[in-house]
Amino acid sequence: MLEIKNLCFSAFDGNEKINILNNIDLTVKPGTFLVLTGPNGGGKTTLAKAVSGLVQPTDGKIIWNGEDITEMSITDRAKCGISYGFQQPPRFTGMKVGALLSLAAGKELSRIDCCSYLNKVGLCAADYVDREVDTSLSGGEVKRIEIATILARKSGLMIFDEPEAGIDLWSFAKLTETFRELHNTSDATIIVISHQERIISLADEIAIIAGGKISEHGSKDEIFPKLLGTGLGCEYMREAK
Amino acid sequence: MDKLDFSLLKEIALMDSIPTGAYNIRKNGDSAGRFSTESIRIENKTDGKNGIDINIRSNTKGETVHIPVIITESGHRETVYNDFYIGDNCDVTIMAGCGIHNCGDSESRHDGVHTFYIGKNSVVRYAEKHYGGGDGNGTNIMNPETVVYVGEGSTIQMDTVQIKGIDSTARKTKIVVGKDGSAIINEKLLTHGSQYAESDMDLVLEGENSNGRIISRSVAQDSSKQVFRPVVVGKSPCFGHIRCDSILMNNATISSVPALDAQHTDAQLIHEAAIGKIAGDQLLKLMTLGLTEEEAEEKILEGFLGE
Repeated sequence: MLEIKNLCFSAFDGNEKINILNNIDLTVKPGTFLVLTGPNGGGKTTLAKAVSGLVQPTDGKIIWNGEDITEMSITDRAKCGISYGFQQPPRFTGMKVGALLSLAAGKELSRIDCCSYLNKVGLCAADYVDREVDTSLSGGEVKRIEIATILARKSGLMIFDEPEAGIDLWSFAKLTETFRELHNTSDATIIVISHQERIISLADEIAIIAGGKISEHGSKDEIFPKLLGTGLGCEYMREAK
Repeated sequence: MDKLDFSLLKEIALMDSIPTGAYNIRKNGDSAGRFSTESIRIENKTDGKNGIDINIRSNTKGETVHIPVIITESGHRETVYNDFYIGDNCDVTIMAGCGIHNCGDSESRHDGVHTFYIGKNSVVRYAEKHYGGGDGNGTNIMNPETVVYVGEGSTIQMDTVQIKGIDSTARKTKIVVGKDGSAIINEKLLTHGSQYAESDMDLVLEGENSNGRIISRSVAQDSSKQVFRPVVVGKSPCFGHIRCDSILMNNATISSVPALDAQHTDAQLIHEAAIGKIAGDQLLKLMTLGLTEEEAEEKILEGFLGE
């Protein structure tokens, strides 16, 4: 179970203090598929980074399976079973896709294993295992490889940050299918930051973050109609439709 | 040949034992073994210079020549000239390289000049690896010079690797490519401590429809210094590409001075060069996969240098 208690994060722009996360309280039960959504700049990515250790909160606590991980290093959190798929994943000149997936899995993966992870994100595996994760790959390709690294880790908490960004329609259909299967076949807690209706529709729960606060959190059946309706100012959702 | 000799040979030429095919092993200035085949003849030079001539008959396909050099005597210095005469329609691999094991206090030094004359429609792969070891205070110096004349329709792929152990190197490479010919140079270099490495490369695209690429990747650690001067000259309708990527660590310095010299209106020449530290998000990404910062750095360098 993931428990986020009174979490705050602020940064300085010159002398001006900006509160990016304001007293976030959020509990995600084991095995839940939670979609975090809300307007750009609302604090979704910062929250995900705070959970994975990439951002150190200024106040509050993060508890994973009963253990306080607030002060834990990125590496130790990863070893505790927390995974975070970057919104804008880095490239690695010279490193082959297969090698990166093996690092993610924590063991040498066979070609067949690599291919199965790549297939799950809609990449024709045979073409990619020996390619380098460098600028020869498009943004969408790097993004899908990033998602494959999270699948290869098989961790207890998987956080995906806008997995749909930069991905074409055909691959996107494959990706939503993969998320559905992942949720149906594993006990992992899945958090996906997304604006996409098709991903949101897979969720058990939806939380909306705006202005660094959780403005709504509840079951999909409760929150989804509100997103599509009026009142939450989520005009972008309708545009996306 | 003893255990140390073979450990050096394994480092530089991936040789565990005496190779099959033609070979010449040079140890501390003397021949420690030589074998010629029907199509590949290795002979001492007759012009008074120190070194060998390697003659590869036309239509030789699928053969490999090993010509490693090892130096285990501290203070040994030599200048060696090896000339390769490769006929037409060949497909051969040449494994060169030099390993120095310096346990003493004197400077050990190998200056090797390799010249290749490649005929028509041949494919040549040339690999050279430079390695230094030993726990003495003596410095290891290597100054390799490679000159290649690529004949009509022929290709050379040159892989040059120096990972650690060489205190000072000044390498010179000149490749002249003829009509429909092609040259690919892959350079990999890692320096550490207070080592110094400089690499001058001249790729001359002389013939019509010739093409050439220089792909250089280097890592400079500690307070080492590297200087690269890759130059592509286009003298006819041709395509040339220089790509240099370097990772800078600690207090090291790297200077990269690529140059393009187009002497024909249909010469298409490109250069790309990038020098920088390991990007923070690369380290962070690998740390989120469970690696420590040190492990992440090691994996990034390993991938970068293609080890």
